[in-house]
Amino acid sequence: MAKELLRMDHITKTFPGVKALDDVNLSVEEGEIHALVGENGAGKSTLMNVLSGIYPYGTYEGDIVYNGEVCKFQTIKDSERKGIVIIHQELALVPQMSIGENMFLGNERGKKNAINWNETYGEADKYLKMVGLSESSRVLIKDIGTGKQQLVEIAKALAKHAKLLILDEPTSSLNETDSRALLDLMLEFKKQGMTMIIITHKLNEVVYVADKITVIRDGSTVETLDCHTSEINEDRIIRGMVGREITNRFPKREKVELGDINMEVKDWTVHHPLYTERKVVDGVNLYVRAGEVVGIYGLMGAGRTELAMSIFGKSYGSGITGTLKIHGKEVDLKDPRAAIDAKLAYVTEDRKGNGLVLSNSIKVNNSLANMKGVSERGIIDKDKEYQVAVEYQDKLNTKTPSVEQHVGNLSGGNQQKVLLAKWMFTDPDILILDEPTRGIDVGAKYEIYCIINDLVRSGKSVVMISSELPEVLGMSDRIYIMNEGKFVGELDAAEASQELIMASILQSGRGE
Amino acid sequence: MANNNIAKVLKKNAMLIVLVLVYIFFTAMTGGKMFEAMNFNALITQNAYVFVLATGMLMCMLTGGNIDLSCGSFVCFLGAIGGILMGVKELHPGAAIVVMLLIGLVYGCILGFLIAYVNIPPWIATLAGYLAFRGWGTALLSSNSTTGSISLAAKKDYLAIFSGKVFSTPANQINILCMVVGILACVAVIAISFMSRANKVKKGYEAESMSTLLIKCVLSSAAILLFAYKLAKAGGIPTVLIWVTIIVLIYHFITSSTTVGRYFYTIGGNAEATRLSGVDTRKIMFIAYLNMAMLTAITTFIVTSRFQAANSQAGTYYEMDAIAACVVGGVSAYGGSGNIFGMVIGATLIGVINLGMSLMGVDANWQKVVKGVVLLAAVVFDILAEKKTGKA
Repeated sequence: MAKELLRMDHITKTFPGVKALDDVNLSVEEGEIHALVGENGAGKSTLMNVLSGIYPYGTYEGDIVYNGEVCKFQTIKDSERKGIVIIHQELALVPQMSIGENMFLGNERGKKNAINWNETYGEADKYLKMVGLSESSRVLIKDIGTGKQQLVEIAKALAKHAKLLILDEPTSSLNETDSRALLDLMLEFKKQGMTMIIITHKLNEVVYVADKITVIRDGSTVETLDCHTSEINEDRIIRGMVGREITNRFPKREKVELGDINMEVKDWTVHHPLYTERKVVDGVNLYVRAGEVVGIYGLMGAGRTELAMSIFGKSYGSGITGTLKIHGKEVDLKDPRAAIDAKLAYVTEDRKGNGLVLSNSIKVNNSLANMKGVSERGIIDKDKEYQVAVEYQDKLNTKTPSVEQHVGNLSGGNQQKVLLAKWMFTDPDILILDEPTRGIDVGAKYEIYCIINDLVRSGKSVVMISSELPEVLGMSDRIYIMNEGKFVGELDAAEASQELIMASILQSGRGE
Repeated sequence: MANNNIAKVLKKNAMLIVLVLVYIFFTAMTGGKMFEAMNFNALITQNAYVFVLATGMLMCMLTGGNIDLSCGSFVCFLGAIGGILMGVKELHPGAAIVVMLLIGLVYGCILGFLIAYVNIPPWIATLAGYLAFRGWGTALLSSNSTTGSISLAAKKDYLAIFSGKVFSTPANQINILCMVVGILACVAVIAISFMSRANKVKKGYEAESMSTLLIKCVLSSAAILLFAYKLAKAGGIPTVLIWVTIIVLIYHFITSSTTVGRYFYTIGGNAEATRLSGVDTRKIMFIAYLNMAMLTAITTFIVTSRFQAANSQAGTYYEMDAIAACVVGGVSAYGGSGNIFGMVIGATLIGVINLGMSLMGVDANWQKVVKGVVLLAAVVFDILAEKKTGKA
């Protein structure tokens, strides 16, 4: 048996009113990849914050034993000195600065107050090579993609001489190829003796890289699975996470009679708002019938969000050409208001960025896109507004003590429900759902799928954009495949498979 | 649990409590002068400008911590125009008021256009106005008078609209009208509180307990009556109080009960989400600054009437007082939260500090130091309180 590098013993962490961690135990051996899984709010991130010293020694109970000695970290610096480096879900890079500057931010090379730029960039280039990046370290962060930025974060961690690397949702904003590359890099590091802890929602990734899996539920450790001694699959992990068997990850939809074509888009071309020469969406044709769920699958950066937003009142892009028909009539939607009036709804992928007003209540968010529905001549009917919010809370089973609660205090799954409620209240005929289940846990996902089924049952059309293949396959009646701004395939649910979809993407890539 | 409740009440009314304490402090330090009828009157007449400008500033700040630095200078400029029209050209005050409002409208449109449609950062666009209008106003005044000031003392009609008292009575007599209005205000406050609670209970919403409501009613009635009594002894209701009250009530209604008002908050909270919800966010930004300019024009009437003159020093640091009133009153410096009543308390606190220090004979320079410290303390307190109750 390999040497135990880290042991967290009986960790209990209490916040005013809540026990976030309750007697959690974690043991990590040298040179392994240890996955930490659990639903949102289970306490994974809190545990890692305890480990890295963000919550200093004394604010929690229990011991951290690292390399055989009990550690009492006061700050992140303390844990980093020992070689424990955490890479957070949100990238902490300064966009206007170069890769090299970012890598040594707070850890500058040189003497005292004078930075030695040659050493900085030289060192930076060395670490960039280790993570497989060919970019020069003088390139600005804002000029490289998210996938590469994630790699820079890792290079930054390496520069701190990390022995134990903690990755919190490292692939949440990466596309499939970049994710795979990152996971392979982790396996490469493992060969060189690095120890890693990965927190992720994506169970296929867990199965792919992990040696051991610790499942956390409601602040306590449920079990630790060893991937080498027993056969581990996704269902087995889910059972641990939710405490019950989820027999079906996608709820069955009764066969709905498909109606008329609700929306049709022809020869839709969109240019980048700044680099107006660049085509972001190129000659896309699509239609969706009443009662139909149409999936758009594509990797991140394929132009899916741009397509959706350009349809939704030209809220993205420049030089938009093509025709848009709603209920068979050609329309020109100049702004989001016109789109909403045309019974179109766009449920964003970025609920915190441009979906919800986090500092306002559920009630306020619920009615924001349809103030007319709760007001008369510009004056708000507060009773009605309250009732509407309660009605949707019940309908979508949003878990909150009251609709006066600020949206920022809700979990990701519940925020997503508020966002959906907001758009359902505009009474749309066509809903474009952009990554409707991103970053939410298995239980909440299932509920979102049920809501989608309810929507189409009542004769609405749903266009679902997703980069999760199982979800697209499990939920859609028909699937469009998008790559580099173009639709490169269209499949019926019956004939579609993971292999076929990936194949059409690869073929289109080669055709160029 | 009971402890927790008390802490909650204290926190919610922290600024109100501070206001009372500061008032008591100054009353003690001035040997009771602060509590004299005359100084209640002064509190209102001297600080009316803060209430009006801070109302406009509140609307700007809600949209995302945006401010207007130009309003103080614009008061000076517009005052100069008014002085020339009425004092030099002998134009009828009604016509002069219309012209001044029109100029306010034009400036508001230009400012709103630059900020909302050309995307110039508000503090830069208004910094330009801050510099330009101070210079322009001063230049106009000095080319039209030798002293840099144009007297409006002879324009009785004009002065009567914005300054003076309603049915004025000699000092130390009780002004009956003032007391009647005070009592009516009490009745209105009590009636509205009870009706709104009854309404909440009927519909099954969360409502405050009966005892809290009673305490609230007793305290606010006592405050109103005390105020009315003091004003009655000082000669009656200052005309400007009516203007301030009307403006405060109108904007309370706009911010709390209209869709337009709602958008000011959501834009400050998340502009992009608001835009994608079909709201014309640029129009709201435009309205914020147009509104600010119009309220600045009203402030100009109030200020020139009180001084009975247009002079080049008018409006100095007004923008800072307005911003301070908002911030002390709990309006977020990042936008998205804050309300009129908080701002009123903040403005009153600034006014009390101004008045109290003048009565104590504190040097004007040190007054600024104290105001700066109070402003900083308010923000620090706000952020710390937020941290404690937040989810850490």
